[in-house]
Formats: sequence, structure tokens, C-alpha cells
Amino acid sequence: MFDYEMLRLIWWVLLGVLLIGFALTDGFDLGVAALLPFVARKDAERRMVINTIGPTWEGNQVWFILGGGAIFAAWPLVYAASFSGFYLAMFVVLAALILRPVGFKYRSKRPDPAWRSRWDWALFVGGLVPALVFGVAVGNVLTGAPFRFDGDLRVFYDGNFLALFSPFALLAGVLSVAMLVLHGAAWLSIKVEHGPVHDRATAYGFAAGTLALLLFAVGGLMVAAMPGFEIVGTVDPAGASNPLHTTARIVTGGWLANFARHPWMAIAPALGFAGTALAMIGIYRQRAALAFGGSSAGAAGIIATVGCAMFPFILPSSIDAHSSLTVWNASSSARTLGIMLVVTIVFLPIVLAYTAWAYRVMFGRVTTAAVTAGPDFY
Amino acid sequence: MDPSVIDLSRLQFALTALYHFLFVPLTLGLSFMLVIMESVYVMTGRPVWRQVTRFWGKIFGINFVLGVATGLTMEFEFGTNWSYFSHYVGDIFGAPLAIEGLMAFFLEATFVGLMFFGWDRLSKLGHLIVTFMVALGTNLSALWILIANGWMQNPVGAAFNPETMRMEVTDFGAVVFNPVAQAKFVHTVSAGYVTASVVVLGISAFWLLKGRWLPVARRSMTVAAAFGLASSLSVVVLGDESGYALTDNQKMKLAAIEAAWHTAPAPAGLTIFGIPSMATRETRYEVQVPWVLGLIATRSLGGTVTGMSELVLQAQERIASGQVAYAAVQRLKADAKDAPARAAFEAHKRDLGYALLLKRYVADPAAATPAEVERAAWDTVPSVPVMFWAFRVMAAIGFAMIALFATAFVLCSLRLHMSVRWFLRAAVVAIPLPWVAIELGWIVAELGRQPWAIDGVLPTFLAASSLTPAMLLTTIAGFTLLYGTLAVIEVRLILAAVRHGPIEDEPALPADTHAPISAQPLAV
Repeated sequence: MFDYEMLRLIWWVLLGVLLIGFALTDGFDLGVAALLPFVARKDAERRMVINTIGPTWEGNQVWFILGGGAIFAAWPLVYAASFSGFYLAMFVVLAALILRPVGFKYRSKRPDPAWRSRWDWALFVGGLVPALVFGVAVGNVLTGAPFRFDGDLRVFYDGNFLALFSPFALLAGVLSVAMLVLHGAAWLSIKVEHGPVHDRATAYGFAAGTLALLLFAVGGLMVAAMPGFEIVGTVDPAGASNPLHTTARIVTGGWLANFARHPWMAIAPALGFAGTALAMIGIYRQRAALAFGGSSAGAAGIIATVGCAMFPFILPSSIDAHSSLTVWNASSSARTLGIMLVVTIVFLPIVLAYTAWAYRVMFGRVTTAAVTAGPDFY
Repeated sequence: MDPSVIDLSRLQFALTALYHFLFVPLTLGLSFMLVIMESVYVMTGRPVWRQVTRFWGKIFGINFVLGVATGLTMEFEFGTNWSYFSHYVGDIFGAPLAIEGLMAFFLEATFVGLMFFGWDRLSKLGHLIVTFMVALGTNLSALWILIANGWMQNPVGAAFNPETMRMEVTDFGAVVFNPVAQAKFVHTVSAGYVTASVVVLGISAFWLLKGRWLPVARRSMTVAAAFGLASSLSVVVLGDESGYALTDNQKMKLAAIEAAWHTAPAPAGLTIFGIPSMATRETRYEVQVPWVLGLIATRSLGGTVTGMSELVLQAQERIASGQVAYAAVQRLKADAKDAPARAAFEAHKRDLGYALLLKRYVADPAAATPAEVERAAWDTVPSVPVMFWAFRVMAAIGFAMIALFATAFVLCSLRLHMSVRWFLRAAVVAIPLPWVAIELGWIVAELGRQPWAIDGVLPTFLAASSLTPAMLLTTIAGFTLLYGTLAVIEVRLILAAVRHGPIEDEPALPADTHAPISAQPLAV
């Protein structure tokens, strides 16, 4: 059907689709959870906020799990090197995410205020920490991770946990938080009743949007002065998946080269800025649909910017450029990529269809009156 | 690699997987029991069945979230802790995991929200369909994860590629229709159905003993008795089926379970009791029932069950053959066009994994001494005492479950299940047993796979990530603390829900206020 090069390109795009799918769906759940203690002060308000995402967050989280599975299936070397290389960071993310399902379900099981307040903290951590660490991880992917392969393709690391938090990576982390808080605030402006919670959400959303625009711009300037990577010589896009055959080098500002080579790629950062700005206009003018559409487009643009800047690199190595993982040296076999593509083409539309149906069933604003009256609300 | 890194990695995986599987069986079984209960509600329209469904739905929910939460760890733990495994077999192993996400997790996770929040927004039939989708999703997810696990036990449809230094798919159909995976799937989901039946049976029995919530308890018990009898028969009969599949694919596992140190004349006897010793390679105080093992394992009077000593000799031959393959791979790494090396590799590649066993003793397996080869061959024997006893306790519980549900079924049919108190007490006491059996079942399956991560392909000690003991200790402590806390909270919430009973909270009432039973809308 497709040749190996094409399959790899398709799976690179699908990797982006997965990450964007995660940011657009579970992203607002993370943002809402991070906003929870600030936008909602009374218990009924908090329950209202929680119940805006209560029925659907679980399906959204599958984008994250599927991300893990799909990277394993399509990019096994990336799965192996990144998750073991970012070992402790991954543990922190998992621990925070583990608090989430339990927090949603268990918080409402007892009326005790101390109990509920503890779970509010758990939900806040479960929203803020993953949003921050994912951004920090993207920052580290851009600077390159300290790993190398031996002749058997076993991966070794030089880094430590604290070294992950370089100024640039922290900037990426805060940008990620700002982007998802904006997205969460936009979701709340659609889903909660008009009133104090709605007003606070729009205020925090506007601030987060401003911060996101600023950090995205500063990040771009920093990247221009930062080491990027480029492949030396020619590569065989249909060659064996073995990073030891790669020759790569570090070039200052190298991550901007793709935008000069392929000017159409500038659509991605343009979408990042324009979407975020539109979201802020939507929030300011109380146009909830515009706000949510804008924050979605903004998040998609920001994530796509990273992908476009790095292509064909997926995970460069900061200590051994030759160990860097690219679209051409880190994929599964053509057969596996082909099988997984067929499975995706068959099942992704089905998933999207019933997900849309689920949102339609739960359509409408959640009110404090409803959550305190109904037995099924969290 | 540092041996403590391997041991700690194995410890963490065992802890997180065994913990995850405390919650999964109940999810697998209770989801289908909810479908049965709700179907009765939709067909009869009686409110009491709605109450039955909603109460067990509440228990399902408390349990389900921990299954989801701890499942997150599992999806990423191959990458974090077993990165060489992930590289070495990701081409095959990753696919079922990804398909599980796409086909099963989305289904269960999307519909579970509607199951809890959709009672007032969906028609009766619509809600039943939603519940069914949750059950279908959870069980499909078991299918795909067991296809992945079955491949670790019996790695079909794949071959080593020296250019990429990993295993790659040659026949995906063989991976999906792997007979070991099929047998494991049926055995595992049946065990989940048994677990859920025991929980429903036990809690209903507790209420009947206390004389509370009788209409709900009676009906729940009837569903549990019927579903449990069918499932407990299935789990034992199809457990045998997975033992049968072993004789082709994992003879060593069977030999270890049976402590068969040597091939016995056919038909072999089944050892009921004994104390196997790894040091002397014999079993003391053995009590055997003649013929039974041969009949079960080979389905014939003439078939033999190969003993461990004989299997070790075969392993020795495969190691020698693997050494040739290993040497050929080294030459192919230097020059991919080396034709004689390619020919030697093709002839011996199925034994490459056996040569890797030598890496525990020598850096270059091709240069190993005969003594080292013999040592490595004996490494293919898993821990016999653990296998022997874990299997026996598991099987005994399996038979006890059949007895329990057969009794329950008879009593329910005779309408005596509300009055026979010794049975009700036994049903309460039995609640923890399926978990014991299930965890032991995983120990048999995975400890019995040792020393392999992938049977015959990749030894466990080569599969781990190059982490430090300090990192592993940090995460083991973290997971233990987090999981331990959550387990305590979960059990307390379930106990509170059971005490509270199947009434819906009226917002005006304090949470611990019970209305008298007669005031409940229990139209019979």
C-alpha cells in the first residue's frame, strides 16, 4: 500500500495527532483540575467544576494511554529511550495522574470537609503536575536528552532528575501549564452556569492566555540562540531502524532551519499565536465557543510548532548526536507500521463517533443546584 | 548489569502488576453481572432490579477507578523499567498494547462515564447498551493484554533481524491467534467472573445473615450463583486447557509445576504432595496418584510429560546452537553482506536467545566453556517449590469455588439460600479466596516463565533499563506508599457502601441515616 518512507511519515503525523488529541481532550481536564482551588471556593462550586468533566475525563485520559501504546508500537526505540531516560519524571507524572481517577470518584463519597479538601488537593496536583512535567519533557526533547546506545542498542543515560529543570525546560513547562489552564478555563466558560465561578474562570483564563502568548514568543527567541540538531550527509528514509547508522551534529539555531527551508511550516506557530489570541478575545467577549475553539487551535499550533521545528528528529541526544532518534531510524518494521495504520483507520473514526455521542448526551451547563440535588453527581 | 537493578526491576513490576490485578478481575466480572442485572430490570421493569443494578454499579465504580489508576503505570512500565525489552520486542509487543487502547480502553472509558451519569439522560435500553459497552470494553482489553502476555510465553510469528538488533513481526495473525494467548484469555476472564460472583454472593450472604436488604440480597445471590457456577467450571476446565497448551510450548513450566525432575514412564502420575528441593533436584515425601498427570497433560495413555533434566539437556543443545547464531550476528554487525555469516545465522537463529543466557556468566557467549553452558542450561529451570505449591493452592481454591457455587446454585434453585446459615457464613468467608488464587496464578505464569522475559528469546536479566538501585528504590517506595494508602481507602469505602446498603442518599438526610426497610421502594 505505502512504502516504508511514507509509512514512517504517516506515523510521525499520527504521533502528532495523538499528542494534540491528548492536549485538546485531557488537556482541559488537567487545566480544570489545576484551576479547581482558585475558581471554586465553596463545596457546591467545586462539585460543579468537577462535574463539568466528571462524565468525560476518563475517555479523554485514554489519549494519554494510547499515546504510550502507540509510541511503543510505532516508535519502540523512542518508547524505550524516553520513558527510561525520564524515569523519575515519569514516576512523578504517573503518581500525580493516579490521584485523579480516585479523586474524582472518592471525593463525593463522604460529606466530611477535611476529606473533600484533601481530594481537592489531590485533583489539583493531578492537574498541575502532569501539565508542568509534560512541558518540561518537551523542553528537554528540544535541548536533547543525555542518552546513548551501545552496539546492541541498549540505552544508557548520563542525566539526573534535577538536570531536567533547565531554564528553557522550565519555560516550556510553564508554557504548557498556561496553555492548558487557558484551555480548561475556556471549557469552564462553556460548561458552568453564569456566576462567580464563571467570572473567575474567565479572569484566570485571560491571564493564562497572556502568559502563554508571552512564553511562546520568548521560547521562540531562545530557540533561535540555542543548539539545534541536523543530519549530516544523506539518509535512506527506507533504511533499517538502527540509530547507529545516523550521523548528526549540533547547530546553533538549528531548530529554525526547517521554517526557512519549508516556509509553509510557519502555519504552525502562526496558529499557536492566533488561536491563543482568539481564545482570549472569546473569553473577553463572553463567546464561549470562540474561546474553546481558539484555545484548541492554539494548543494544536504550539505542539505542531515543536514537531515541525524538530523534523526529522524525534528525540535527539545531547551527549552523543549519533544516538539521536529520528523518523528514519527509530520506527517499527514496515509490516508493523502498516498493520497499525489499518487498525487506526478502522477504529479511530469509531472512537471519535462514540466520543462525540457521549459529549452530546452530557451536553449543557452544569449548575450548583443540579449537583447538590442529583444522586449521580460527584 | 548490576544484579540488584534486575531484582529491583522485577520486584517493582511484580508489585505493580499484582496490585493492578487486585482490581481488574472484579471489573471484568462485575461489568458483565451488571449487564445481566440491568437486562432483568429492562425486561421486567421492576424497580428492585434497578436498585440491584445501581448498588453493584456503585461497588463497580469504587473498584474501577483503582484499576484505571494502576493500569496507567502498567502501560508505561515497559518503557521506564524494561527499556531493552521494549526495544527488542516492541515491533511485536507494542501493537497489541496500542490496539488495546484504541479498541478497548476508549470503549470502556467513554461509556463508563455515561454509565454513571447517564441514568437520567438515556432511555432504559440506551443505558443498558452503555453498560454492555463497558463490559465489552473491559473484556476486550483483557483479550489484547493477554495476546501480548501470551506472546511472551510463546513467541510465535516473529524473527530476529540483525540489521535492527531486534525481533520483528513475520506473521501478525500468528501473534493474534496464538493458542497460549487464547487459553490464557478464557482462563483469566473466567477467573474475573468468579471473583465478581464471589463478591456479590458473599456480600448478599452477609446481608441475609443480618436480615437486611433482603429483596436486593436475594436477587443478587441468585445472579451470583448462576454466573459463578458457570464461571468456576470454565476457569478450572479452561485452566486445564492452558496446561495442555503448555505441553507444546512451555514444557519446562509444566515440569516445574509437577516437580517432574525426570521423564516418567507414560502415563505419568500426578504428585499431590511433596517438598521439592532445587539443591538435590528431587522431591521428598512425594504422594502420587498414578496416571492422572499423563491423562490431563497429554490427553492420552501413551504420551509422556518431559522431565526437567531432559529439558535441560535440550536447552544445552539449543545454547550450543545459539552460540553459532550469536557469533554470526557479531559478524553481520561488522559486515551485513557477509554471506557465510548470514547462512550460519539463518540456520541457527531460532536458538539465538539461548546463547544470551550465557551473558550472565561471560561477556561473549561464543567463547563460553562447557561448564558455563551447563550452568546456563540449568538456569532454564524456574523455582520448582514456588511453582509446585502456588499451582496446588490455586487449583485447590478453583475446586473449592466450584463446590461453593454448586451449593449456592442448588440452594437457590430450592429457594433455601436465605435460610441455610452455614452456607451464608461460608460465602462470606470465601470472599478473599479468588484473589489468592488469581495472584498465585500470575505467579505460576510469570515466575514459571523465568529465566526468560520472552520465552526462548530474551532473558529477563538482559531486559531491564540501565537504572540505578537508588532510582528503583525511590519508585518502589513511592508506589508502595501511594498504592498502600489507596488500597486502605478503597476497602474502607467498599465496606462503608456495603454497610450503607442499596438505598440512594436523600440529600436532606445525614449520610448514616437508614430509613426502615419497609419504607424502601422494593416492589416485589
